[in-house]
Amino acid sequence: MKLTLRVWRQKGPSDEGRFETYDVPDANEHMSFLEMLDVVNESLIADNHDPIAFDHDCREGICGMCGIVINGRPHGPKKHTTTCQLHMRNFSDGDEITVEPWRANAFPVVKDLVVNRSAFDRIIEAGGYVSAATGSAPEANSLPVPKADADLAMDAAACIGCGACVAACPNGAAQLFTSAKVGHLGLLPQGQAERWSRVVAMVERMEEFFGSCTNYGECEQACPKGISVNFIARMNREYLKAKFKDGRKLARGALGDE
Amino acid sequence: MQAETSGRRNAVLTVRSRSQPRFWLLELYDSAIGKKAVMAVTGIVLLGFVFMHMTGNLKVYYNDGGERLDHYSEWLRDAGQPGIPHEWLLWGVRGLLAASLVLHIHAATSLTMLNRRARPIGYQGGRKYAAANYAARTMRWSGVIVAAFVVFHLLDLTLGTTNPDFESGRPYHNLVASFEREPVAAAYIVANLLLGMHIYHGAWSLFQSLGLNHPRFNHWRRGFAALFAAAIVAGNVSIPIAVLTGVID
Repeated sequence: MKLTLRVWRQKGPSDEGRFETYDVPDANEHMSFLEMLDVVNESLIADNHDPIAFDHDCREGICGMCGIVINGRPHGPKKHTTTCQLHMRNFSDGDEITVEPWRANAFPVVKDLVVNRSAFDRIIEAGGYVSAATGSAPEANSLPVPKADADLAMDAAACIGCGACVAACPNGAAQLFTSAKVGHLGLLPQGQAERWSRVVAMVERMEEFFGSCTNYGECEQACPKGISVNFIARMNREYLKAKFKDGRKLARGALGDE
Repeated sequence: MQAETSGRRNAVLTVRSRSQPRFWLLELYDSAIGKKAVMAVTGIVLLGFVFMHMTGNLKVYYNDGGERLDHYSEWLRDAGQPGIPHEWLLWGVRGLLAASLVLHIHAATSLTMLNRRARPIGYQGGRKYAAANYAARTMRWSGVIVAAFVVFHLLDLTLGTTNPDFESGRPYHNLVASFEREPVAAAYIVANLLLGMHIYHGAWSLFQSLGLNHPRFNHWRRGFAALFAAAIVAGNVSIPIAVLTGVID
């Protein structure tokens, strides 16, 4: 199939950036979107041009590295699909495809389609863990988890941290990502020790970098793992509860260095 | 815009600095989630008012020359008597509504500014919306226009400044006199349609902001918001139409 690509090219963080147009004369419909970009890059390199920089790793839809806004939608037109799992058969011969990086203040462009998503790491550092005694592993059956909780926690744990939720949000908010982490850990018995301090710490770290939620629901649509905005409501509830629960003590003192 | 990728920690561009610890309620309001909760709670107060206002005004349909509506408006001033002095309850409620409105607008304004900082550069190639409906995307506009309308509405029907036939204590007469002017009736209808849109998103959104979600009632929330918005718009818009068509005079 024949395609025309409009790709965002930006040499570095301080470059202004612009769209460049490339003709793709021989895209195969069985290629993934990233394989199609590989082919374009092969020809760019052969012509002594700078190849298009994009993030990728496992190419199996589970690592969360890839992510491009394709025709105005993060990860392209297909629901519940990462860019690497989006195949060219979802496009038609002769299509013009516009390709752009995630746009958010917290995700500055590193080069072309690559953005720096370190802000997510900062949120995880704030509370995306459980404290566990090291040493011998406990007997797994000694810690029963209700089936409903396990299922819900698993839905949240499906988050791969790709950032499509932020990319889709007109407010550049990271509510879906953060709420997935808070929901996942807060639902399981292992996560109870830090349940209330976690939600406060992660939310407040998140708010240093990202916008606020206006309940558009764009994030849920863009999420390759289909994580529900119900987790956002759950996080809001837990955050408000944590703030009310212990008033000053929990919101501050008990959080140690926060 | 500079992405720092070296150093001990990756420096990330912030949109706000962390606040100093304060009284916990102020600290709550300092957070974006806290502000959204305040918007939800004040929104509920304002929804309650809008609903009472609409149902109270339906008394015009007794078509008794305004006897019941005027009587109702007097009762609003006397409510609580003899325990509560004349107009105290009225002013208490007005105070609550004004405070709610101010907080609602303040939170909305500061969150809007935060959100602009969080997404300073939009999609240069355009974007497609998959879920955000028109009402949700125009909340800021519908909110601002409705707020401006409320100012006019108070000048027109409470203070009478913009209503040449205004007579204090005769709301029915004032209402008919006001709506007989077509431009005023038209503005009223447009403002109420925008109010309906604002409520359609707001009355759903407040459940999310307060974390009120449960499989038992989640499927209801959209329907509730739509029904509430439709009831307010239908009730309010019917009155100027009734005046213009001569159903009430």
